[in-house]
Amino acid sequence: MRYSGLRVIQQGLTGNRGWKPVWRSPEPKPEYDIIIIGGGGHGLSTAFYLAKNHGLKNIAVLEKGYLGGGNVGRNTTIVRANYFLQGNSEFYSHSLKLWEGLEDELNYNIMHSQRGLINLFHSDGQRDAFVRRGNAMINQGDDAILLDREGVRAHLPYLDYEQTRFPIYGGLYHPRGGTARHDAVAWGYARGADARGVDLIQQCEVTGIDVQNGKVTGVQTTRGAIRAKKVAMITAGRSGQVAAMAGLRLPVESHVLQAFVTEGLKPVIDHVVSFGMGHFYISQSDKGGLVFGGDLDFHASYAQRGNLPMAEHVMEAGMTLMPMIGRAKVLRSWGGIMDMTPDGSPIIDKTPIEGLFIDCGWNYGGFKAVPASGWAMAHLMATGQPHETAAKFRLNRFATGHLLDEEGTGSQHNLH
Amino acid sequence: MRLNCPLCGERDRREFYYMGHADYLNRPSEGAAPDAWDAYLHLRDNPAGLTRDLWFHEMGCSAWLVVERNTVTHEILSTTLATDVKEAGE
Amino acid sequence: MRVAGKGRVNRHVTVPFTFDGKRYSAFEGDTLASALLANDVRLVGRSFKYHRPRGIFSAGSEEPNALVTIGHGADRTPNVRATMQEVYEGLSARSQNAWPSLRWDMLAVNDSFAPFLGAGFYYKTFMWPKAFWERVYEPVIRRAAGLGALSGQHDVGRYDKAFAHCDVLVIGGGPTGLMAALVAGRAGADVILADENSEFGGRLTGEVEEIDGQQGHAWADRVVAELAQMPNVRLMRRTTVTGSYDQGSFGALERVSLHHACPHPDAPLETFWRITAKRSILAAGALERPIAFPNNDRPGIMQAGAVRTYLNRWGVVPGRKVAVFTNNDSGHRTAQDLHDAGIEVTGIIDARTDVGSVVGVPTFNDGQVVATAGRRGVEQVTFTHSGGQKTIAADCLAVSGGWNPSVHLSCHMNARPQWREDIAAFVAADGAVPGMSIAGAAAGAFTTAACLSGGANTALGVLADLGFTKPEVAVPKAQDGTYDITPLWSVAGNGRAWLDFQNDVTVKDVSLAATENFASVEHMKRYTTQGMAPDQGKNSNIGALAVLADATGRTIPETGTTTYRPPYTPVSIAAMGAGARGKGFAPERFTTSHTASVQRGAPMIEAGLWYRPSYFPARGETTWQEACEREVRMVRNAVGICDVSTLGKIDLQGPDAGAFLDLVYTNTFSTLKPGRVRYGVMLREDGHVMDDGTAARLGPDHFVLTTTTAAAGQVMRHLEFVHQCIAPQMNLRLASVTEHWAQFAVAGPNAREVLNAVVDDPITEEEFPFMACGAVAISGVEGRLFRISFSGEHAYEVAVPARYGDGLFRMLLSVAEALGGGPYGMEALNVLRIEKGFLTHAELHGRTTAFDLGLGTMIAKKDCIGKAAARRPGLTGPEREQLVGLRAVKAGDEITAGAHLFREGAKPIRENGLGYVTSACYSPTMGNTLALGFLRNGRARHGKRVLMVDHLRQISTVCEVCDPVFFDPEGRRARG
Repeated sequence: MRYSGLRVIQQGLTGNRGWKPVWRSPEPKPEYDIIIIGGGGHGLSTAFYLAKNHGLKNIAVLEKGYLGGGNVGRNTTIVRANYFLQGNSEFYSHSLKLWEGLEDELNYNIMHSQRGLINLFHSDGQRDAFVRRGNAMINQGDDAILLDREGVRAHLPYLDYEQTRFPIYGGLYHPRGGTARHDAVAWGYARGADARGVDLIQQCEVTGIDVQNGKVTGVQTTRGAIRAKKVAMITAGRSGQVAAMAGLRLPVESHVLQAFVTEGLKPVIDHVVSFGMGHFYISQSDKGGLVFGGDLDFHASYAQRGNLPMAEHVMEAGMTLMPMIGRAKVLRSWGGIMDMTPDGSPIIDKTPIEGLFIDCGWNYGGFKAVPASGWAMAHLMATGQPHETAAKFRLNRFATGHLLDEEGTGSQHNLH
Repeated sequence: MRLNCPLCGERDRREFYYMGHADYLNRPSEGAAPDAWDAYLHLRDNPAGLTRDLWFHEMGCSAWLVVERNTVTHEILSTTLATDVKEAGE
Repeated sequence: MRVAGKGRVNRHVTVPFTFDGKRYSAFEGDTLASALLANDVRLVGRSFKYHRPRGIFSAGSEEPNALVTIGHGADRTPNVRATMQEVYEGLSARSQNAWPSLRWDMLAVNDSFAPFLGAGFYYKTFMWPKAFWERVYEPVIRRAAGLGALSGQHDVGRYDKAFAHCDVLVIGGGPTGLMAALVAGRAGADVILADENSEFGGRLTGEVEEIDGQQGHAWADRVVAELAQMPNVRLMRRTTVTGSYDQGSFGALERVSLHHACPHPDAPLETFWRITAKRSILAAGALERPIAFPNNDRPGIMQAGAVRTYLNRWGVVPGRKVAVFTNNDSGHRTAQDLHDAGIEVTGIIDARTDVGSVVGVPTFNDGQVVATAGRRGVEQVTFTHSGGQKTIAADCLAVSGGWNPSVHLSCHMNARPQWREDIAAFVAADGAVPGMSIAGAAAGAFTTAACLSGGANTALGVLADLGFTKPEVAVPKAQDGTYDITPLWSVAGNGRAWLDFQNDVTVKDVSLAATENFASVEHMKRYTTQGMAPDQGKNSNIGALAVLADATGRTIPETGTTTYRPPYTPVSIAAMGAGARGKGFAPERFTTSHTASVQRGAPMIEAGLWYRPSYFPARGETTWQEACEREVRMVRNAVGICDVSTLGKIDLQGPDAGAFLDLVYTNTFSTLKPGRVRYGVMLREDGHVMDDGTAARLGPDHFVLTTTTAAAGQVMRHLEFVHQCIAPQMNLRLASVTEHWAQFAVAGPNAREVLNAVVDDPITEEEFPFMACGAVAISGVEGRLFRISFSGEHAYEVAVPARYGDGLFRMLLSVAEALGGGPYGMEALNVLRIEKGFLTHAELHGRTTAFDLGLGTMIAKKDCIGKAAARRPGLTGPEREQLVGLRAVKAGDEITAGAHLFREGAKPIRENGLGYVTSACYSPTMGNTLALGFLRNGRARHGKRVLMVDHLRQISTVCEVCDPVFFDPEGRRARG
């Protein structure tokens, strides 16, 4: 069923009785060409592009809970292409281009809103680092504008320019950065994949990965064994447990990242604002809630919930930077499980087991990568070759030292 | 969250710095193969459940601690001075 | 309407307030909601999506409709629950989400378009034309959405944070919590009793039932009076426990002054508490739930229990003719109380088949409300019952769909509540939160007697666990009985039936979600926005999932709940972030020379948490550049003084100190002779440079290390890690002494002359050659002297105990100035070090190796931290970007830090990138623009040209690649 304003009106006039399921709920077949473990953003986009770009049909996505129930449904919805290391730049640039066509591609309004992202800096040293980043973005063909203090003030007049602990020197403005409606991205890809024949199987937990003679042959699930020629593990947040089923040990430690939303408010913050010095970033959803977050809780966790110290730290950062949000009330806090890697960059690669692929290690930047990750993973699985935009996301790069460490904080997993 | 420092008693999580899994105690010996270093620095069992990890009482006594902990429930089972763990293991 | 003889407001004190600019009068003790109802104000707000007229629904923090804005200017607070806001003189409240007025709201037109605005409609449209999303659709949607508005001004209100510790935290001060606190208090335990309301008593404050022969609220007052006398009990009114966290920690928000017209100037508006409790008792009670029936959202349709509370606590009835719709006995109690107070009750519509009636009130069994009518509030109620269909007049409809235990705090640590069929509700699971016991209505006990005994028994269990002796407490007598409920979630009929009043989610929306296969409760929630409004589904979630269960053919427990998340009720960012506004966010660290520097007009800039002087302006100088260049020339030609105390200083003592340094530095220190200093590079175990600095050997077993300002904490932690976790057998101790010593660089050709003017015993070149260290005395104060240089000049760093820092700084300056020198700041320091190719964290940015920096030869033969990982193929070889010097081919052309480097003639795009500039300056010494940067295979490119491009500033400069040491490459000046 194609969606449009006209369709909404037609349906409205006829009692909204004609809407169809956005996806089927099929029973698992005994065998697929490709099985994707994980029905999150990356798994669903991989399935979608396998079907769309490579014409593959016999695909199943196995999801232990509900589609989009992981980090794609619990992030702060920021979409940007402002990386500076070769290997990352081209990937996120590609992703942003895909975002810009995603509504059309999916026939689903994912509300991609290019409202502009401003990264603030608070010293000459930070400015120099952001200048390097901004120049890298332009080298890549993306957009970046260096703002001085007055330039920031023109965009963000409500910041505290007089008293804040770390004075605002300026900002790096990324006009094409913005936000998207996170759930809709998962649903749009799911709907598109389903329409192209992909079986989306929910409440189906993978309990084992079958390997014979170094080659993957299928998976064991809570809904029975399913054979497959190729299997992809796309389960950020649970990557370690799934990989362990195939006897693999990953360069990943799981950490909780909290996020917060306030009660609905009339429009007050029009950009995405990032205050790196205070580990704080914020935007306002179309519904009116201020959506914001900060740093990891810093201890390994699978709890999907945080503790007060970081929550308070995030509020404190907000109060020193933009004390006008003081009377906004936090409505809800939650946590997601981050696959933290030793250089803060992801992994899209084959594994040592033939036919077994992995897409993981998204740290806390996976949402914006959903389109390009699926695109690159589908390319890798269909052609056997890494996609040119994701060629450096290798599983063995830590062993070889070909690192992509944007933060420069080194191999300790939680420092990225 | 609260941790029981063997030297200082029960303290708020704010006083502690977290490093990672207690794998960091087992530094490969000089001349170990690159695989051993890769495993030491990067690869983790990353259990969903019981784990042992390294914490530093940075705002307290400066002791490094090995904490036995559940990563799903955040239950803390024990805290031991890293030096005691090293001594017992050597 | 106020009812004579009812309620406990103080009718002797009237309190004037305004709502939407109109003046009203309340009594002392009123909430804004009770005062509005007393003044017959029915319309108080508009719904989120359809802008439907809405009235007060509840009497508690779960209120979905009566959200108002209070205060003006920077004191404006949006989204205040009228039900929780106590009135004070001059209170100014305004309605929200309506324009131009609450009564005539333009966007009420949305309601006519409701067929097109069903669940998730926006995912299916607004896609064409593409550019319209940001320009047209989104701005319109954003303006229409949202509830109240922030002032846009800095919040200058006072907020506070505090810690509290106790043996037993009792959450909720109703009959259960009071009883639990009384038992625990009498046993001698440290007790905190927190309740979100302004008075303790919970439901007792709104009921007429008796405990031990007295009114319930009077019993509560008596218990509170006893608790208030106990030194071991802290009573926290207006305090909402907002979240439960690990190891017995809780967050709680106390509304300290929000109910005062003129808060005490020293009192915060709110205090956010961090409570640590050995055990907790959740006695949070239960919330009455509505029933979804057609047009159930009109003003005047309220919780039955709230109607009762308004009558009994505040002496207010929300209507003249009240009808009741219920599926349990709550409705009957409301009818009884109203009837007893002389209010007309036009009918009890009971969904159950066979129930008794209230004397004098018509009661209809098998009743279901199928329609309501009324323009801006309910006027008529139409229902079916065992005898057919009937319409009755009612300007208030009191509804009870049963009670939902307030399980929230028991679910914050991921536990799911358990369904109990007998009460048709979810209750908290045992052990859901370690150390938390659940009691009373929160545990599904719905009679006062059961709550009292539950509170007492739960407390006794907790006390036994904690080792307290059982105290003497008799459980008082109170009303008991059974809870008789026939579940009824929604009634079919013409018209929309609301589940989530705030977000305008109807039964049809949930059904549509199920039809479209958003069948998981999480999908339904996210697709319809059910439960995502400011009440977080407290009123609606259970009903909605019952509707979903029905639509998908599952049971309610099979359907399951969504996740309960903190906070229980919203918490202002200002409260949770209290103390951080302005400079409070992070400590400010000041050097001992701070005052003297400020006195000299130096702009102080942030260096991490420290403040350091940027430059020291001289008379007639108008730019920082002028001052900087003068200071550089001053150091090169005479002498300069610079406070370097911010550098980390670590004292290391013990017989294995030298061996330890061999392990942590790439180079060897065990061979360093006492009285000597050596430059050292420290790697992270992953092979990248962590920091550089010096180690001075003050004695055979005694070193003092310096770190960079930025990495001082990290290095200290790292050294403790290496010692305790890698090499515990080494006999040594580490101590951070950064703050203990004030340390000043004295740099320039006249450095020794300056120094000898201040030290008690003059030094000579022979005693203190380059890289020497040792003790000195200055006016009898024992200090330390290091012959080290970060400027390339003949230089010393002299350290004294911090309390002498200010004096020494002033002394050094006066001597230096007499010799043509003076102080220099960070700008000059940066130029001096770039001229010499010395490194800072611009170069040591965490991605660089000793190899990249040209320090590969400093990696000694021995093992050291990071040595093995540094050998990885990706970290060595010609593809690495290596440290180089850059100078403008055309002298004076600009080179900017952050610019990228390309082959001359190459297009400046990513594929052609060769490197980047890390630090740049104009060098008055060299008369040119100089820079440090990293260039692919850079050491092999000395003498070649590269193009520097700074797209952001639109600067392109041709540069010559050279050695990073521009000035005095042989280092003669420092040695001389």
